[in-house]
Amino acid sequence: MIKPKIALYWCSSCGGCEESVIDLAEDVLDIAEAVDVVFWPVAMDFKYKDIEMTPDGEITATLINGAIRMDNQEHMAKILRKKSRLIIAHGSCAHLGGVVGLANFYEGRDVLNKAYKDVPTVENPQGILPMVETKESDRELSLPSLHNTVKALDQIIEVDYYIPGCPPPPELIRIAIEAILQNDLPPKGSVLAEKKALCNTCSRSDSKPDKVRIKRFKRLYEIEWDPKRCFLDQGLICLGPATRGGCGERCIKANMPCRGCFGPTDHVIDQGAKFLSALASLIDSRDEKELEKISDSIPDPAGLFYRYSLASSILKGRI
Amino acid sequence: MIAFEPKIIAFLCNWCSYECADSVGRAQKEYPSILRIVRVMCSGRIDPQFIIEAFRRGAAGVLILGCHPGDCHYKEGNYQAMKKYTLLKKVLLQFGIDKDRFRLDWVSAKETDKFIKIVSEMVEKVKQLGPIIPPQPSMNPSVSLPGGQQAGPFTKGGIKGGR
Repeated sequence: MIKPKIALYWCSSCGGCEESVIDLAEDVLDIAEAVDVVFWPVAMDFKYKDIEMTPDGEITATLINGAIRMDNQEHMAKILRKKSRLIIAHGSCAHLGGVVGLANFYEGRDVLNKAYKDVPTVENPQGILPMVETKESDRELSLPSLHNTVKALDQIIEVDYYIPGCPPPPELIRIAIEAILQNDLPPKGSVLAEKKALCNTCSRSDSKPDKVRIKRFKRLYEIEWDPKRCFLDQGLICLGPATRGGCGERCIKANMPCRGCFGPTDHVIDQGAKFLSALASLIDSRDEKELEKISDSIPDPAGLFYRYSLASSILKGRI
Repeated sequence: MIAFEPKIIAFLCNWCSYECADSVGRAQKEYPSILRIVRVMCSGRIDPQFIIEAFRRGAAGVLILGCHPGDCHYKEGNYQAMKKYTLLKKVLLQFGIDKDRFRLDWVSAKETDKFIKIVSEMVEKVKQLGPIIPPQPSMNPSVSLPGGQQAGPFTKGGIKGGR
């Protein structure tokens, strides 16, 4: 019997999504039994040209993690799109741009300067930056070029499904792969997690009063917070109201507030703006000066509200 | 050179500021014609996404006019607008949108002069600030950098694409 073929690839990511596949633990063996992994650069030895020679549409599904920030990533994403019947954006970076998408608050040039010149621990007296082409004696060396902005996967290629999370819970990956194998998939374009916001299923929702009133936003280091009570009710910012649920409340159970890695719920485009709206309504003041003061207690609101979704938000970055 | 004619989107509340714009018209007073008015039932209804979307689609300024605090037809809609505005202003600044491009103010149905004053000030400021996205120096996206910078030796072919 011919087994379905699966490929996994990474772009601009930290490797956490790859780890999430490994975290399937024994389940990975069942999957390996049921499918042929034809390409997985992190874990197994394959050549890029093997993939290029694969007939179009031969791969049943490809999971791509990481945002698109460089030429080679765009190139591979396009090749894998051709070769695969299904493309699954795996993890926050492929889904929304992720944390790496926060680089869109800066120009590509500033990012390079920071990393290669300005960081105090870097010593680079000649001010050398990575170049696409370098001549070394008589040889020409080349590196992939950096794009000016970070993009989510669906801004480069068509994406069939999304597995959200930073990284996605292994359980969601397992369910997604099973759904692919059994051909039991929801409508194209679906995010394979809950439809509703995290607050709907949050174990602390009972402790959330009808009206949360916030006089000052507190930061985690400032207080010792109650491990059972709603974070927002304690003045701690939690992105639960504007974030898709289905994560298994990993952060909440570890007594940390939600940071929004599952992205917006269905029908919401801009998670940051939606969260801003929700959060603003909880502020307990009607005085302009006091409102300024309260909002000043959030040092980096854009970075916080758009932590995972900047690259796929309406403005996509600094304009 | 053609003078910069900004697009300014104004969200006006049905009960006061939209009524006020009507009064201005009935009184045959003049105000800058570049204002594009969107009538909403309440300033509190304005989702921050509307404002962000307006900027994305090329608005050079966004103006929200609601009922005076305490006068909201729905009791507290304008307070909600005020809270969202205060936070959003900070966020927009981080996106590179100047604070003078986004304004919230209150006008009642009869304050025609105040309406004209706010609108004129807004138009004036936005005209001074110019368009949000400066014109690109080159049509070739692979070498032009946003902000009209020229590609230097370090960035030659090293950074690709605009926003």
